[in-house]
Amino acid sequence: MCLAVPGKVMEIEERDGTRMATVDFGGVVKEVCLEYLPDLAVGEYAIVHVGFALQRLDEESARRTLALFEELGLLQEEFGDPWEAAADQDRPQAQEARQ
Amino acid sequence: MKYLEEFQNPELARRLLDDIRATVTRPWALMEVCGGQTHSIIRHGIDQLLPEEVELIHGPGCPVCVTPLAVIDQALEIASRPEVIFCSFGDMLRVPGTDRDLFRVRGEGGDVRVVYSPLDALKIAQQNPDREVVFFGIGFETTAPPNAMTVHQARRLGIRNFSMLVSHVRVPPAIEAIMTSPSCRVQAFLAAGHVCSVMGLDEYPALADRFGVPIVVTGFEPLDILEGIRRAVRQLERGEHTVDNAYPRAVRAAGNPAARAMLADVFEVADRAWRGIGTIPASGWRLSDRYRDHDAEHRFSVEGIATREPAACRSGEVLQGLIKPHECEAFGTTCTPRTPLGATMVSTEGACAAYYLYRRLGNAPTPLEATPVV
Ligand code: SF4
Repeated sequence: MCLAVPGKVMEIEERDGTRMATVDFGGVVKEVCLEYLPDLAVGEYAIVHVGFALQRLDEESARRTLALFEELGLLQEEFGDPWEAAADQDRPQAQEARQ
Repeated sequence: MKYLEEFQNPELARRLLDDIRATVTRPWALMEVCGGQTHSIIRHGIDQLLPEEVELIHGPGCPVCVTPLAVIDQALEIASRPEVIFCSFGDMLRVPGTDRDLFRVRGEGGDVRVVYSPLDALKIAQQNPDREVVFFGIGFETTAPPNAMTVHQARRLGIRNFSMLVSHVRVPPAIEAIMTSPSCRVQAFLAAGHVCSVMGLDEYPALADRFGVPIVVTGFEPLDILEGIRRAVRQLERGEHTVDNAYPRAVRAAGNPAARAMLADVFEVADRAWRGIGTIPASGWRLSDRYRDHDAEHRFSVEGIATREPAACRSGEVLQGLIKPHECEAFGTTCTPRTPLGATMVSTEGACAAYYLYRRLGNAPTPLEATPVV
């Protein structure tokens, strides 16, 4: 949860008086609030945490970090189904199968 | 060097390691503050690649782990109420309260929903005007600004059925608490990169001076961590103690000024209890009086819940770097990610879970190899 994931801004729009963007995290697309980085533009990368863009990032390091997070399974953890994960902890076989 | 081929740039990793080896002349203990860094260190075996003089101590930087039992119990109590839709980040679901967790509460009929962003919880409040929507606002300085903005939006849009159970914590007072503990062995800190993306560096020079410790702002990728360690060791060997930013691509000295301004508006600094550690003065935030209407603690009277920590759990010592997870007797036996006794085994950012998941990949004989894993 503490993890902040780099993403690429695809589209920007004003909603309810708030600057929002559609952001692509290596395939997973989410709505992201731009109020803390208001001059972020379409095509740029930013570090996003719990739906908020917090700091600009250059494209190369964004890609590198995304690749690493994917490999560590952290993207699954951030965007996957947490109910499944919680239920898994109750299912010994599922846990063992994964390991 | 078994792990090196797993690095994105093994050659660069080797150079950083060689440089650390060439620099170090005596033992040093470094604490990585952030749970994300712990995860990366254990996963990549960085601690085992380092020369034996350099010891990494895992810090308290996992927000899920440090949320006090009393607050978890408050969350469980609120989430059980029929009028409430309780929204939380997914990794809080299995954090044990005194006798159950949020996953159980949902099984018993509570309306517990997982959201990706606090703004999703606000949306749920807009869509369900006849219900009380409560968001579980935990986390460090990286998570606090999104939560602050959400409360601010609730007020701006006049959404009255939205409140937040706030238990935010701040890193600098935790560093202070660790350094003033009589059993402290930490000689340098790898500070949490994303916390500094928001807060900048202002809070750290005073700490570096007061305790004579180098503080190196460090990212999460294996190479970032090696570079952070390299710079910290360099300072230690030279007898320096400055604040050094080894993660400039994501951290500016001023942090994110808009986020800091919102934090100052919505929250005020308060004493906070840390799970397993105890109360640290000024170590967190609560909603300021202006936002009291949106304070779930105030809206639902949930004070005075009796809590009971499992006696076997030594997570407080793990979080302060006093013991390593496998030195806890329950580790891997009565305490596993499936049956966690403490929060440090629940969250993947927790040191106990990181050791449990990855340490058996270790290339050096460690006490853990004798421990049956699963
Ligand atoms: S191994 Fe389990 S019981 Fe021991 S300190 Fe970690 S969480 Fe607590």
